[in-house]
Amino acid sequence: MTPLLEVENISKSYGARVGCTGVSFDLYPGEVMGIVGESGSGKSTLLNCLAGHLCPDLGAVRFDTRADGLHDTLTMSEPERRMLGRTDWAFVHQNPRDGLRMNVSAGGNVGERLMAVNARHYGDIRAAAVDWLGRVEIAQDRIDDRPAAFSGGMQQRLQIARNLVTGPRLVFMDEPTGGLDVSVQARLLDLLRGLVRDMNLSAIIVTHDLAVVRLLADRLMVMKDGHVIETGLTDQVLDDPQHAYTQLLVSSVLQV
Amino acid sequence: MIHVENVSKFFTLHNQGAAEIPVMAGASLCVARGECVALTGASGAGKSTLMRMIYGNYLTASGRIMVGEVDVARAAPREIIALRRRTLGYVSQFLRVVPRVSTRDVVAEPLLATGATRAEALAQAETLLARLNIPERLWPLSPTTFSGGEQQRVNIARGFAYPYPALLLDEPTASLDPDNRATVLAMIGEAKDRGAAIIGIFHDRMARDEVCDRTLDVGQFTPGRAA
Repeated sequence: MTPLLEVENISKSYGARVGCTGVSFDLYPGEVMGIVGESGSGKSTLLNCLAGHLCPDLGAVRFDTRADGLHDTLTMSEPERRMLGRTDWAFVHQNPRDGLRMNVSAGGNVGERLMAVNARHYGDIRAAAVDWLGRVEIAQDRIDDRPAAFSGGMQQRLQIARNLVTGPRLVFMDEPTGGLDVSVQARLLDLLRGLVRDMNLSAIIVTHDLAVVRLLADRLMVMKDGHVIETGLTDQVLDDPQHAYTQLLVSSVLQV
Repeated sequence: MIHVENVSKFFTLHNQGAAEIPVMAGASLCVARGECVALTGASGAGKSTLMRMIYGNYLTASGRIMVGEVDVARAAPREIIALRRRTLGYVSQFLRVVPRVSTRDVVAEPLLATGATRAEALAQAETLLARLNIPERLWPLSPTTFSGGEQQRVNIARGFAYPYPALLLDEPTASLDPDNRATVLAMIGEAKDRGAAIIGIFHDRMARDEVCDRTLDVGQFTPGRAA
């Protein structure tokens, strides 16, 4: 089986400060990988390098493109990379305001991504938007409301709908449940799990919440000071951590 | 079906003076299809540890753990994920679920993960829940608020939803009343009849004698015990 994504030796520095260094891994179709670590450990830098938002100093990010197989997205032309960002890739931001157009209706937010891949029939676009709002549990009569009128949890679900409407194969998520209260988090986790399974999505999820990765991720990568210090099956890393820092991280979680 | 060969395991507690605690050495075990083997030994002897190593939940320091064609001690995460999806089932002592997901969906999930249709998976889930005497009015509710015995039965229903060729059972009859205990033992018997290789931990001696073909004392693999 070919990996969907091959990451090789990604390094990024901000001047003398290390963002992340020497990160390599393969991600296979249908796999969800979690990246955990404390603030400043380099996990968001890494995610942004992988998703093409930042240009790493070194390394390769090869994606299994539909047209011609594994292809380094860092050396791809800008139009090719943008096309990928609109079709096979999706990026869910921690703050929904970064991923939504706040002054466009909910339906418009979902429809816009379809129009970017040349959907033109208004009825079809509207129908797809209605379908996706339903899947993320937003009532149909809110379709013409602007996201500014939505709660935080609804905005986050709308952002997910907007991202998944084009049927991407790889989703990058930066703290998707951060900033939401726990009951809303649980609902979002349940939704994400169902979507990952039903659409055979691969995902890379950055979070500092170990409970979130235990429920969502198959595999886990632990970062500290820009380095990957431990990787493995999620439950194995959490239940039998090998590295001193991972042991500290796992034992520091407050029990409810 | 399951071949454990000469495995060892130690824990290194980095944050407690890097203490190294050996917990297992020279452990070997074979379980054929249709056979049920009980792990015995005092509390702390390493029964659950060995079971978790076979499931890939704990790393193995040395030795081989073959489950079907896969060496769990050396396999890549995605090979273990595939193994757990279609070959190796595990009923733990505690239910761990996403809050808000209904009991019916919790039980159906292993089937959905193997590509069953939603209708098939839910039908099978309902059959198992009914058999384990979980009242129908609880099916749409999340099991997080259920009693210990109810959660344990939901856990068992989930573990038996897919016909895994290899099964690990950690105290499957603990906290069950006599009727439900008999049902669970019957389900274990049926799994053996269809050829499943089973490893179990049973503190309930009657249950152990009823379903297990032989026992293995894990205490013999505890390092330093003889000294």
